[in-house]
Amino acid sequence: MMSDSASLSRRDLIRRGAIGAAGLGVLSQAVHAAERLSGGPHDPMRAGTVGTVKGGALDPLRFLEHFDYGQVSQLASGQTLREYDITAVDREIEVAPGVFYPAWTYNGQVPGPTIRTTEGDRVRVHFRNAGTHAHTIHFHGVHPANMDGVFEPVHPGEEFVYEFDAKPAGLHLYHCHAIPLKKHIAKGLYGAFIVDPVEARPPAREMVMVLNGFDTNFDGENEVYAANTIAFAYQNQPIQVVKHELQRIYMVNLLEFDLVNSMHLHGNFFHVYRTGTSRTPHEFTDTLMMCQGERHILEFAYEDVGRFMFHAHQSEFTELGWMGMFEVVEPST
Amino acid sequence: MTSMRVKGWLWALLPLLLLAVVSVVVGRMGLAEFLRRGAPPVEELTFDRVTLEPGAMTIEVVNGGPDPVTIAQVMVDDAFWDFTITPAATVPRLGRVSIELEYPWVENEPHEITLLTSTGLTFSHEIAVATETPTIGPQFFAIFTLIGLYVGVIPIAIGLLWYPALRRLEQRWIDFVLALTIGLLVFLGADALIEAAKTGTQVAGAFQGSLLVVIGALGALLFLQVVSRSKVDRTEAQGRHAVAVLIAVGIGLHNLGEGLAIGAAYALGEAALGTFLIIGFMLHNTTEGLGIVAPIARDRPKLSTLASLGLVAGVPTIVGAWIGGLAYSPLYATLFLSMGAGAIAQVVVALYRTLSRSTGRMEWNPLTASGVLVGLLVMYGTGLLVGG
Repeated sequence: MMSDSASLSRRDLIRRGAIGAAGLGVLSQAVHAAERLSGGPHDPMRAGTVGTVKGGALDPLRFLEHFDYGQVSQLASGQTLREYDITAVDREIEVAPGVFYPAWTYNGQVPGPTIRTTEGDRVRVHFRNAGTHAHTIHFHGVHPANMDGVFEPVHPGEEFVYEFDAKPAGLHLYHCHAIPLKKHIAKGLYGAFIVDPVEARPPAREMVMVLNGFDTNFDGENEVYAANTIAFAYQNQPIQVVKHELQRIYMVNLLEFDLVNSMHLHGNFFHVYRTGTSRTPHEFTDTLMMCQGERHILEFAYEDVGRFMFHAHQSEFTELGWMGMFEVVEPST
Repeated sequence: MTSMRVKGWLWALLPLLLLAVVSVVVGRMGLAEFLRRGAPPVEELTFDRVTLEPGAMTIEVVNGGPDPVTIAQVMVDDAFWDFTITPAATVPRLGRVSIELEYPWVENEPHEITLLTSTGLTFSHEIAVATETPTIGPQFFAIFTLIGLYVGVIPIAIGLLWYPALRRLEQRWIDFVLALTIGLLVFLGADALIEAAKTGTQVAGAFQGSLLVVIGALGALLFLQVVSRSKVDRTEAQGRHAVAVLIAVGIGLHNLGEGLAIGAAYALGEAALGTFLIIGFMLHNTTEGLGIVAPIARDRPKLSTLASLGLVAGVPTIVGAWIGGLAYSPLYATLFLSMGAGAIAQVVVALYRTLSRSTGRMEWNPLTASGVLVGLLVMYGTGLLVGG
C-alpha cells in the first residue's frame, strides 16, 4: 500500500524544509521499553493472535489424531467395504480468535474428515450436497474416470456415490473439483485421504496436518495461515510428545494462492516418505518444501524433553499462523 | 396573540414529533434488517493517528462507516501481534478506539499495520518512516515554537520591512502592489483549498471530509464578511487599516493550517534537511508580509500596529505546529485549511474593493492586471524553490 508521502507535494517539501529549518533531529534516549516491561517487544510470545478460538467447528487437538475408517462390512467377494457419509454444507468458521470466514465445508469442518482405508479395500462415499453451489469430491488415487469427481457436478440437494478400490498405498488428498476450482478449494472443501499399505507401517503416534490458509478479505492473498485451519492452534495448545516415541505426521499441503509451503522442525530431523508410496525414506532433513497438492509422511522421535517449534520456513507464513509447538515429556513409567 | 405564537410553535414541532415516532418504528420493526436482505455489514475504519515510542506503538482508529466494526486481530508487517485495545474491540459508528502494542520497530524504516476485523476484512496503514513521536514537555514546545517561528513569524516580519519603500511609491505603483497582493492571496487561497480537499479524503467517511471543506471555507468567509463590513466601509484610512487586519487574519488562518501540517509531519517523522529548501521557504513566505502592508502603504501606521499585524499573521503557525504535533487529525487539518481558504477569499473581495476605490473604479488597467499575474508568478516561482 502506498502512503501519501510517496508522492511529494509542494506542502510535503515545505514541511521538510521547515523541519530542516528548525534544524533539529532530536531523538530522545529514553529508557528502552524492552527494559521497562516484562517480556518486552522481543518476547517471542508477543507474536501471534490475541484471544482464543471458542471451538465448535474444529477442535485442533482432536482433529490431529482423529481418523475416519468408515463403516466396515464385507462384500460377497470377501473384499472389505468401507462406507463414508460426507455432506457439503456452508458454515462460518473461526480461523483465528474472533475472525470468521464464510467457508464451504465437508461435514461442517475444515479440513474435512481424514478418510482412512487400506490398500485394496472398496471405498464407498455417500456424498450429499447441502450447500448453495454445485460441488464434487475429487479423490487423488487410481480409479475409473466416472469416479473422479470432475465431470459430474452435484447440485445443491443432490447426491452422488463415489465407489472405487483404494490404491495405491500412500498419503493422498481429496477436494472439490467444481469450477471455479480455486474458489471451491480456497473456501475449505478438502481433506486428507490415507491409504494404509496391507503390511502395516511400524507402530507410531500418528497425526494428520493439513496445511491451509484463508483469504478472509477475498483479495487473492491469504490473511491467515495454519496447520489444520486455526492460526497458531498448536502454539497456544502445544502437542504433547513422549520422548523416544516414534512420531508419524501425515502432512498434506492444501494452501491456495501461495505456490509453495514448507515444514521445518526444531531441534530434530525427520525421515520423509514422499507421497507415502515407498517404504524407504527419500530424505533425512529438517526442512521440507511442498507444492500445492503435495503430501508426505514424516517420521521422527525426540531425544530431549522441552518445547520445540515447528512451522513453515516461509517466515511470513509462520508469523501469520502456520506455527506450532511440540512439548516433549518423559515417558510415564 | 400569545396563543397564536404558541400554536405556531406547536405546528413547527409536529413534523419533528412525527419524525421521531417513525424513527422509533423503523428501529423497533427491524426494517433496516429487512432492507439489507442479508448483505454483510459495511465496515470502514480510518487510522487517525499512529504514535511511536521505543518498542511500542499506539494506533488510534475511527469507525466512519454505517455499522459497528469488531477488530479481531492486528498484524504488523505481515505478522499477527499481541495487542490491547481500549475501550473495546467493537468500535461503534463514529466511535474511536486506541490500540497499543509492543513492537520492536526499526528507526527510519517503513512499517505496515493491518487490522483484521471479525468478518475477515483488512484495513492497513503505512508508517512511511518510523521515528519516535515527540512527547510533551519543554523540549516539545521549544521544537515546535522554533518551527513556527521559522515558517511563519520570521518571514512575515521580514516582509513587513518593505513598508518604508512602499510609502515612497507613486499611487499607480501602490495600486500595482495591491493587485500583486491579490495575486499572492489567490495563490495562497487556492493552495489552502487544494490541500483541504486532499486531507479531506483522509477523514473517516461519516464525517464527510470533502463537504467539511465547503462548510469551513464558506463559514469563515461569511463570518469575516459580517464582522468586517462596518469597519471596511468607514473612512478611507480606517477602511484600509481594516483590510490590512483582514489580510493578516486570513494569512494567519492559512498559516494555522500550514503549521498543523508541519507539526504533524514532524511528529510523524517526515524530516529532511536542505539549506536550499529553508531559503526558498523564507522567500516564499516573506511575500505574505508584503501583502499585509500593501493596503496601508500611504497611511502612517505605528510600528506597534505593524508588529501586531505581523503577529496576527505569523503566530498561528506556532499554535498550528503545537496542535499538529500534539493531536494531529485529518479532521482538524481539513477544517483549518478550508477556513483559511474561506478567509482568504473574503480578503480578496475586500482588497478588490480597496483597489477599486483607489483607482476610481478603473481597477483593471494593464498595470493592475499584470500586478495580479506577477503576484501569482512570484508565489509560483518561490514555490519552485521549496518543492514541486
